[in-house]
Amino acid sequence: MQTEELTTLITALAPDQKPGISKQYPEFILPADKLHEVAKTLKENPQTKMDYLFSLTAADRKDGLNVIYHLTSTEYHHTVVLRVILADRENPMVATVSDLWSGAEYLEREVFDLFGIKFENHPDLRRLFLDDGWVGYPLRKDYKDSFIFER
Amino acid sequence: MEETLLDFDLRNKEEYIINMGPQHPSTHGVLRFEVCLQGEQIKYLRPHCGYIHRGIEKMSEALTYPQLIHLTDRMDYLSAHINNEAVALCVENAMGVEVSDRVKYIRTIFAELTRIASHQLWWCAFGMDLGALTTFFYGLRDREHILDIFEETTGSRLTQSFITPGGLMADVHPNFQKRIKEFITYFRKKLPEYDQLLTGNIIFRERTKGIGIMSKEAAIDYGVTGPSGRGSGFSCDIRKIAPYSAYPFVKFNEITLPDGDTYSRYVVRIKEMWESLNILEQLVDNIPQGPTMLELKAVKAPKGEYYQRVETARGELGVYIVSDGGPSPARIHYRTPNFSNLFVINKLAKGHKIADLVAISGSLDLVIPDIDR
Repeated sequence: MQTEELTTLITALAPDQKPGISKQYPEFILPADKLHEVAKTLKENPQTKMDYLFSLTAADRKDGLNVIYHLTSTEYHHTVVLRVILADRENPMVATVSDLWSGAEYLEREVFDLFGIKFENHPDLRRLFLDDGWVGYPLRKDYKDSFIFER
Repeated sequence: MEETLLDFDLRNKEEYIINMGPQHPSTHGVLRFEVCLQGEQIKYLRPHCGYIHRGIEKMSEALTYPQLIHLTDRMDYLSAHINNEAVALCVENAMGVEVSDRVKYIRTIFAELTRIASHQLWWCAFGMDLGALTTFFYGLRDREHILDIFEETTGSRLTQSFITPGGLMADVHPNFQKRIKEFITYFRKKLPEYDQLLTGNIIFRERTKGIGIMSKEAAIDYGVTGPSGRGSGFSCDIRKIAPYSAYPFVKFNEITLPDGDTYSRYVVRIKEMWESLNILEQLVDNIPQGPTMLELKAVKAPKGEYYQRVETARGELGVYIVSDGGPSPARIHYRTPNFSNLFVINKLAKGHKIADLVAISGSLDLVIPDIDR
């Protein structure tokens, strides 16, 4: 599916989507409450069939915590990037996609562990790498630790 | 005495939990499985990771691109060259520069040698997991030849850090092509021994056929890539989907098998070694002349976001760089193959005996530092 068709499809579901900055793949910035609906459509629509979530990660940027989803179709080999920007740093929350892609369950646990982003309706949201009692979320830019080497 | 027998029956009906790892020979690293058993049967299994989490992604934010190459060796240490290449390609794409054909050829040769070495070590360990100690000696004997080639050119055997943004650390050793040709001839004779020793073994077949069946849908759902995914018929070879380096210049087959059991994952890897030998043969005599390093003033990715997919020995490695235009990334994320390959194990092991868990986790070929990073 071409970028224009994808744009039409996603705009119909989330009218306030914005195009992303990536030049490599078509990218869409979505409001957090629309993410699950768009992801579900992209997976189930016979013209998109985005059945393979090959990356789910986050980044701490100036505009807030970004959650980035890389989706591709194993049949058509087209790729799309979805991005959710969460401005609330105290209680960032977005719906889980682990009901659509099982692999996302652990990728989301990793993001929760290192960024503190909560995934709504996640079946088992615990820290993955760090101790349960760890204070803070290390991959956030404002994380302070006496061991961190700064340039 | 009758009472004891009754107790035994009762115990067999009860569920109990044992911890396999973090120090267990069959996990090949510090990984803990929380296994719930009923008798000998697995009810469910939960992997616990983080024992070797070093925060490579956080550390990389304070390092320049040529420096953080060295950390990627320590993720999947059996695919060190390919990890280096992934970061190098991502940074080069970001900067909009292209390396010479000589560099591309040498990178691909190293990548394929790495793949063979990695599959050899996996073969040794897999045989050993199932009780065939001899495989360990056969595999390590042949892997030594590849490590010697690495050592001659790069100076180290495991964590080479040889491929860097802009090209290679140095040119290859004058013996490089000769040694590889010798190795191809040597290993073509030795590879049939692998089949004679293990593939045809009746005990081995009984222990792997029909065990841990993963459907193609499950492989895609969990993102299981590499030989483990291709053993389920999931065509996921990045070398074919999005060719990079010298892969557009060579002819090779993507190995996929439909069955999805432990045995097909085994066969995929054996066949991939033959394919890698073919790729090496096509490249080794045709290395073009050219510079091995681009003359770059500074290695800085322009402001933006970049993603690069490569095929390591275990599956798809993705490098995601978010850059503010400085010499180090604002955020770097590695989508590692082992992370996604691990978590399907609950689905595969459920209902099998605990001894089969060793075969299943062996056939997924997990490298734990790659999961924890």
